[in-house]
Amino acid sequence: MKRKSKFVLPTRYILMTMTAVCIAGMLISFTLNISGGPLNSVAGYVFIPMQRGINTVGTFLSEQAGRLKNLTDVMAENEALKQQVDALTTELNTIKLEQYELDNLRELLELDQKYPSYEKAAANVIGKNGGNWFSNFTIDKGAEDGIETDMNVIAGSGLVGIVTDVGPNYARVSTIINDTNKVGGMITTTSDNLVVSGNLEHMNENMVIDFSNLSDSDDEVRVGDAVVTSYISDRYQQGILIGYIASLQMDSNNLTKSGTITPAVDFEHIEEVLVILNKKQTAED
Amino acid sequence: MRRKIIIFVIVTVCYLLQTTLFTRLSFASITPNLLIIVVSAFGFMRGRKEGLFVGLFCGLLLDIFGGIVLGAYSLLYMYVGYINGFFRKRFYPEDLKLPLLLIAGSDLAVNLFIYFFMFLFRNRYNFNYYFLHLMLPELVYTMVVTIFLYMIVLKINQRLEAIEKRSASKFV
Repeated sequence: MKRKSKFVLPTRYILMTMTAVCIAGMLISFTLNISGGPLNSVAGYVFIPMQRGINTVGTFLSEQAGRLKNLTDVMAENEALKQQVDALTTELNTIKLEQYELDNLRELLELDQKYPSYEKAAANVIGKNGGNWFSNFTIDKGAEDGIETDMNVIAGSGLVGIVTDVGPNYARVSTIINDTNKVGGMITTTSDNLVVSGNLEHMNENMVIDFSNLSDSDDEVRVGDAVVTSYISDRYQQGILIGYIASLQMDSNNLTKSGTITPAVDFEHIEEVLVILNKKQTAED
Repeated sequence: MRRKIIIFVIVTVCYLLQTTLFTRLSFASITPNLLIIVVSAFGFMRGRKEGLFVGLFCGLLLDIFGGIVLGAYSLLYMYVGYINGFFRKRFYPEDLKLPLLLIAGSDLAVNLFIYFFMFLFRNRYNFNYYFLHLMLPELVYTMVVTIFLYMIVLKINQRLEAIEKRSASKFV
């Protein structure tokens, strides 16, 4: 039996050391709100290109499958869409009239355009990482493309979530349906504020998320009212559509209301998103 | 060195499959946990030390791309690998019962920890719902995948051990 020349550390000491390292890492990233750093860069350059590749193949395949969709389906859809076009044209005309009126009124009030058109960057969703507990995903744009933490992410016209972490060539997005996420919202019709919070259980069961703290003293909020991001939120830009009220009831304190919201975005099938490159200006900046 | 590279490749492939392909193949928006299979398998096949490091690596990967705080998954997966390592003495490659039992136990343990620390602490008390609609489906799906993935990992490990034995005997 040869004596080992190298000193080998017993496994339980390695375990203790690494436990300490992990706990220290958790404390540091929790208190200082930093993440990864160089680890992000390394991981980004190793894994993101591969994820992007797989995603490209996947998208190609699902596109091919889509093309094989039955022609009759498409024709029926065409018919339905034509009817919708008619309906929408009528609606558009009405809205144009209202817009004209609004412009006039704004001029009178010398208001600037209320919702400036934000600068946006398109990105692809390349991986969903939260497992079954959390709803967050990676997009293929990162710090090199000008993405920063706390930028808002939208898809279509609805709010998807917020960038929580940025690597050189990827960014992590935490969605509004994520169980740990909260957004300050506002009812469009009454301008009442409320808090929108993600809920895994309600999302899985009924495709809705929760809201609470709505003070609706005049009892004017109805099911179907649109909810947008509020002006008092310090991370979300004002006026992005979150969803529509699905149900509401009075809280036991008889002062506030709570209920559920149907999100405007289909979170099951997000493939492309837009990142708003303007960040909310806060007093600290 | 060869072993390290191959483990790195296995973990990478599993991670990529888990976050891309299996999210498209999800049943009722449940995806299987491939990484826990790898961590657990290397734990009981190779012992505490290797289980520990494979777990740490997998956890770190999850932490960087989708974790809660950096280090949380690392800690959890590291302990899973380490604890699985205690069962190496009872592990025989021909026997399928122990691996399946250990992997199932690991998957359930990880989910219970996540529920306990991330959901129960935030007043989500409906344990029955999360157990029946999240942990159990994930467990079942993971076990289905295990039957294939574990066989592959086992074969790779056996091949590696054979090569290592050969090259070790050269130096004697």
